[in-house]
Order: sequence, then C-alpha cells, then structure tokens
Amino acid sequence: MRYTKHRRLVSSAMAVTLGATTLAACGSSDDGGARSGPVSLTYWTWAPGMDKVVDLWNEGPGKKEQIKVTVKKQASGDTLVTKILTAHKAGKAPDLVQAEYQALPTLVSNDALADISQDVGDAQDEFADGVWQQTTLGTDAVYAVPQDIGPMMFYYREDLFKKYGLTVPTTWDEFADTARELKKKSPETDLTTFSANDSGLFAGLAQQAGARWWSTSGDRWKVGISDGATRKVAEFWGGLVEEGAIDNQPMYTPAWNKALNTGRQIAWVSAVWAPGTLSTAAPDTEGKWAMAPLPQWSEGENRTGSWGGSSTGVTTDSGHKEAAAKFAVWLNTDGDALNALAKESGIYPASTSAQLSGAFTTPPEYFSNQPDFYEKAAEIAQTTAPSAWGPNVNVAYTAFKDAFGAAAKKKSGFVAAVEAVQRDTVADLEKQGFEVAP
Amino acid sequence: MSSVALSKAEPVAGTDPGTGRGPARPRRVALVPTLTLLLGALYCLLPVAWVVIASTKSGNELFSTFTFWPGTGLTENLADLNAYRDGVYWKWMGNSALYAGVGALLSTCVSAVSGYALAVYRFRGRETLFNVLLAGVLMPPVILAVPQYLLLARADLTDSYLSVLLPQILSPYGVYLARIYAAASVPPDVVEAGRMDGAGEWRIFTRVALPMMLPGLVTVFLFQFVAIWNNFLLPYIMLSDDEKFPITLGLHTLLEQGANTPALYTLVITGAFLAVFPLVALFLVIQRFWNLDLLSGAVKS
Repeated sequence: MRYTKHRRLVSSAMAVTLGATTLAACGSSDDGGARSGPVSLTYWTWAPGMDKVVDLWNEGPGKKEQIKVTVKKQASGDTLVTKILTAHKAGKAPDLVQAEYQALPTLVSNDALADISQDVGDAQDEFADGVWQQTTLGTDAVYAVPQDIGPMMFYYREDLFKKYGLTVPTTWDEFADTARELKKKSPETDLTTFSANDSGLFAGLAQQAGARWWSTSGDRWKVGISDGATRKVAEFWGGLVEEGAIDNQPMYTPAWNKALNTGRQIAWVSAVWAPGTLSTAAPDTEGKWAMAPLPQWSEGENRTGSWGGSSTGVTTDSGHKEAAAKFAVWLNTDGDALNALAKESGIYPASTSAQLSGAFTTPPEYFSNQPDFYEKAAEIAQTTAPSAWGPNVNVAYTAFKDAFGAAAKKKSGFVAAVEAVQRDTVADLEKQGFEVAP
Repeated sequence: MSSVALSKAEPVAGTDPGTGRGPARPRRVALVPTLTLLLGALYCLLPVAWVVIASTKSGNELFSTFTFWPGTGLTENLADLNAYRDGVYWKWMGNSALYAGVGALLSTCVSAVSGYALAVYRFRGRETLFNVLLAGVLMPPVILAVPQYLLLARADLTDSYLSVLLPQILSPYGVYLARIYAAASVPPDVVEAGRMDGAGEWRIFTRVALPMMLPGLVTVFLFQFVAIWNNFLLPYIMLSDDEKFPITLGLHTLLEQGANTPALYTLVITGAFLAVFPLVALFLVIQRFWNLDLLSGAVKS
C-alpha cells in the first residue's frame, strides 16, 4: 500500500492532535483585585445546612458590608485537606475553609492558611484558652476561628447499668472493674469496644492522660507519641482487650449499631456529639442512655480530651482576607449565627457563651431523660486538656490504624503499636524536611 | 503484544466453525465450571441484592432487622431523597448523565478516529505512538487527576463542567480497543476499493469503515460511560460547587458530614439504588449492537 506524503501527514496528525487539541489551554485571566466595592467570597464547608446560616449573613450584616459569601458544600475528612492543598498549589483555594483542629498545622506548614490576627479583634475572649490555643499553634498568629468542639464524655445505658447492678465509673480503674463485673454477670454483653479504626478517639484519650504528641523546641518538632501518658492509655485498653473484658470490633459498622441497639454493648466513650450518632445507630434505645464525665486517671482529677471539632480559616489565596476574617468571626461568635448553626448543622459551639443559650437550654431529643445535659456538657468542656497537633497528623492516624488494627486482631502488643506510630510519624516528618528533635 | 493481536486479526472470512468435528457427544453438565460460574454470579449479585433490599428499609429498620428481609420504608426513602436540599439528588443524576453521556460520546469519536488512523495508515512513528498509548493504558487515571487539575487551573477551567469532561475525552484504552477493532473489522481491501472508486479518506472513514467498526465502538462507548459514571477522584478534585457534582461525589458528601452529624445511610443507599438504573437501561438498549455483524459480506475471497 502506498500513501502520498500529504496523506501520511494528515493521518499522523489526526491520531495525535485530535485528542490533544481539546486539552489546549486558553490562557488564564487575572483575578483582579478590586479593593473597594462589593466582595464575593467562597466557603468550603461540610456542615449540613451551612447555606442557610450563611443566608443570615448575606441578608444581614453581609449586605451592609457588601460581603457576599457562597457555600460550596464538601465532604469532610482528611481527603478535604488534600483537596485544599491541591487547590492551593494552583492558587485556587477558596477564601474560607472549614478545617478540623488537627488539620491546622498541616495547612499552616503548607502556607495555605493566612494569619488573621489583625482582623479578628477581641474574638479570643469568646473562647476557652485551650480551644483558642489550637488555632494559634502556640504563636502570636491566628490561623482560624474556632467553630465547634468535641469534649469527650462517657455515655452509658442507664437502665442496663441498673439491671446489672453497675455503678458509673469515675476512674479508669473502676471502668476496668465495671467491664469485668459485667462480663461475669452477662458473658455475652460487653461494656464497650476498643476500636482500632478510630485514631481520633485514641488521640483524645491520650490527650486526657496528658500526652503531647507534637511539640516544638526551638526550630525543631518533637514527637511524643510513645511517651509515658500514651503508653499508659495503650496498655490500659490493650489489657482490657487481651483479657476479653471488652470487645475489639470497630465502631460505626452495622454490627456495632446492632450491638448498641440491642444492648449487647452498654456504654460508649464518645464526645458531645454522640446523641446524633446514637439516634441513628441505636434508634430503639432513645431515652435509655445517660451521659457522665469521662473516667479519670486518678481520683479527684477532672480532665477530658477532645474528639472532633473544627474551625473556620482564611486561605492565603483569598484576595479579600479582611472581609473573610470578618465573616469567620461573625459566624463563630454572633448569637444568631451560632443558634442557626446549632439548629441547622447540629454543632456544639466552641464559643463559651453560646454553650448555654438558645438551642442549648433544652437537652437533645435523644437525651430528654437528662434535662441538664448541656449544662453538664458545658462544665465538662471547661476541663478539656490542652491539645498538641503537628504537621502530619494524617500520617500518624494512618499509622495508628495499621499498627493498632493488627494488634487488636492479635489481641496483643498495643505498646509496640504505639512505638510503630511514633517511628512512622518521625520518619515522615524527616522525609518532609522538618527538623526533628530526638 | 500488539503485533500478535494484529496478525491474528487478518482476514477471517471463510473459516466457518463447527463443522467436521465428528458426531455430537451426549451433553454432560460440566459440574465444576458451572458451580464456579454460579459462585461468581452470586458474588457479584449479592451486593446488588443487598442494595435493593436495604433501600426498602427505613432508618430504624436498616441495622436492626434481618439483612435480606425487605423493610417498609421505600416510599419514605424516595420522598426523603427527593426532598433533600430541594432535590439536589436529581441534579447530581443529571450531571452524571451529562458527564458520562457527552464524555463517552466524544471519547468514542476520538477513539474511533485515532484507532482507525493507527490501524489503517502506515506512517513514521506509528508504533512509537501506539506504544506510548499502551503505556497510557497501564497508567491508572487516579495518578493523572492532580496534574490534570493543575493544568486546568492554569486555563482557569476548574470547577466547571468542562473540567470533568475534557480529561476524560482522550481514553488510551478506548483508542487501543478501537485500533484493534479497526484492524480486525476493516479489511485493507475495502479501504483500497474505496480509493479506487474515488472516495476521499474522510468519506471512506465515515461511510465505509465506521459502520464496520460500530460494534467495537459501542463497546468503547459503554466502557467509557461506565468509567465516567463511576469516576470519583477526578470530579472530586476538579469540582468545588456541589451543584455540579456527579452522583458519586454527591452521595459521598451525604456520608461524610462531619463527626457531629450522622451519615445519611438510608438516603445514600436509596440514591445508590436509583443510580444503578440508568446503567442497566443503557446496557439493555445498547446490547443489540453487539450482535450486528456488519463484516459479513463485505469481502469475498
């Protein structure tokens, strides 16, 4: 077969370019930095109903200030941090992002979050010190405004505790005894489970015990995951799993839901947002649960950890940081805004004055049997131990799931698992180019 | 690998299977293969059955009643899904149909043209080009999502319908299939005959070759449609406006609502259940194209 030169050219061009032309870039346009006049901001958030809360701003204070905010609803989780960082790499991160506290160091070390300390005024007064400290990362800068918090608490089936003759444990030793006692009285019932999937829970428990997983000394990061406090927590739970006093199945599975719903598991170490989870996991047991402070490591102590919670940050890509910070402060300190957030998104506010007003004057529906639910919650929130997050929490959490998952299956070696997490975390920090103190 | 496939695909007319094999033996049921296939079918269909049954359960029944026992909440679930944020689910469904439909169609066109060119014309660098393409087949699209995002961000196209459509138009696998199929179904003699009759190359392609390649192109279309319909990472990275989300992303946001809000399991399950229908319908409608054998009668040897 013979082809003319012309034909050959055409055909090869056909194969190559037809696919490629469609990808041709058409030049980028400038954002244009109009300082005065109306401002339009985008906001990535996962809180359900946030669009309705933002409507309050757009029709009220935002209208006066000519700052319009548009919500772009996202899925929560570590993947969102990756998405924000990817967008930031292209200079296209939204003006405002919702970020969990443990994600803040990651975002800051990638230069994705702006320092808004000049624009937040005296917002600091609205928050407990331990909460505010998480958004400053211990510096003079402010990288976000706290939105919601997740102080940890102990939830238990009031009716079944009575039935089995158990008392609510106030220390972890009592907690262990309670678990053993229950096993004796009803071998097929477990007090609770230790889930190797939920790094956030373990981090909160370690925080209560006084662990500081990340800290800085000079220009160096120090990783303290394998320190004494964390080991103590790991040994405690590992021991309970090993002797069979509690279950070792993961949480948030259909099997776990069933166990809660049918009374095969009668307690849950969780946080202030538990009522929402319980209402879907164990719908048949509404009104049968009660909440108490977390058991303590030594008698007379009064501390809790936190599990969950998030903040509102302004990105370095935003062309209107001052306006964005203004909105972030309004959203997380204004009474009406927080009320709407509680109603639409079901959050537990970080702002101390909001914790006892508006939506939080009556208990959650699921806990209608405990009228002082939120008063107690606010008291417990005050006792939150300081937290210490670092720039690679996601890596530590992944390492946790791997190491603890394997250990839970074998029912042994939780301390070795803690050491594995420490090793992986340090190795990753070094790989990222951080200086790590020994 | 490619040369084997091509040499095997030389003219096949005239070989008629099924004759001269001797007297037919009494049929035996091959127990092991049948059982294996049945197990495989069960393995594939059980999750589907689970979704179908779970979508009929109300929130209370979902985790508390027997897994394969239908519940009573189907109409309620449908109503809830329909009402969720003013019916945003249907918007997602429409977006998915748009991304998958338009994307697969364009991708099939590009694959057809490129595959035909690679199969029929001989030009310098053809094999190199094809090998590069094969390397593209081996490259998981997941790896490309982030570079594609950065590229499209430069063109200011992110968070738009185009940002999800464009990267999916060039499918190495589609081009590969189209080339194999064009080589097998478009005999060089037919192309040559077209030239003798004075038809231009474009005319030969559209009028002669394209109909012959149709069953293969239907396969390319279906592959690409399903791939785009199920794609998660690319739209996840590209899109931030949930009004533009496809179903995969939309349902993901229902699951990941943050720690203080329970996942909307019943809505997600019902949504996943409904999302299966377009795919099933598409397969049923398009299936008949596979049976067309346009090749027969084109060349007599």
